[in-house]
Amino acid sequence: MAITFDSALGIHQHAVEARVKRAEVLANNLANADTPGFKARDLDFQAMMQKAQEQVSGFQMAKTHDAHMDTSPSASESDLMYRVPHQPSVDGNTVDAQQEQTRFMRNAMDFQASFQFLNSKFSGLTKALKGE
Amino acid sequence: MSLGSIFDIAGSGMTAQSLRLNTTASNIANAETASSSTGETYRARKPVFSAIQQSMMNPGQGGFPMAADEGPGAGVRVEGIVESDAELQMRYEPHHPAANEDGYVYYPNVNVVEEMADMMSSSRSFQMNVDVMNTAKSMMQRILTLGQQ
Repeated sequence: MAITFDSALGIHQHAVEARVKRAEVLANNLANADTPGFKARDLDFQAMMQKAQEQVSGFQMAKTHDAHMDTSPSASESDLMYRVPHQPSVDGNTVDAQQEQTRFMRNAMDFQASFQFLNSKFSGLTKALKGE
Repeated sequence: MSLGSIFDIAGSGMTAQSLRLNTTASNIANAETASSSTGETYRARKPVFSAIQQSMMNPGQGGFPMAADEGPGAGVRVEGIVESDAELQMRYEPHHPAANEDGYVYYPNVNVVEEMADMMSSSRSFQMNVDVMNTAKSMMQRILTLGQQ
């Protein structure tokens, strides 16, 4: 049985990646907190993880011709959705700075958790290799 | 890893907010700069912000350009600085050295109270971007320790 990082690390590498992507989207919301007409966006983490799970489990559409469309999960960015604002604003901006900052912090914490899992996978591998 | 782009995004936000603070400082400093004609009088300056779309920088994967709404975005940009066209204040001050023949001087259309509120808003927004950058930094530092015992 070949040891590949993909099978050894499981879902956690995708989780870390999704957290980083979400941090980017939330940072963009915060940077545009004063831009008129800007619409706040967010990633659907659950949908992203579901796609990653499908990728890990290996059930994907076969691509046998050049003209076939790429249906791999990374091909589309459709997880990116617009946020429904809690209150209207005069300039059409839907960023609620406090909400976004809370989400950003929460995302950073979740990132740390995912990272911890990923790191323990690595230390498990190291232990196995050393045979201690 | 797209953590690096968070630095760009937060950096663009900080640049935009400091420019906004700069115009506020200029407006408040010139709030009482009188002159004798409407053309020479200082007018309140305001920056115009707009969002940068990532698709403008790298037009999509797979050849076809993504729609403008796609992609996580890449921060904020200052489109330019516009001068307010609100009415100037005309005051009757015949002893003012810059008074015109009718004894009137023109004062800028700067609303100091509005400027103060704008100043607080931009300083808070700046602070927020600094927080984002700090968090991104600690996330990146954590990634660098991956696999260490």
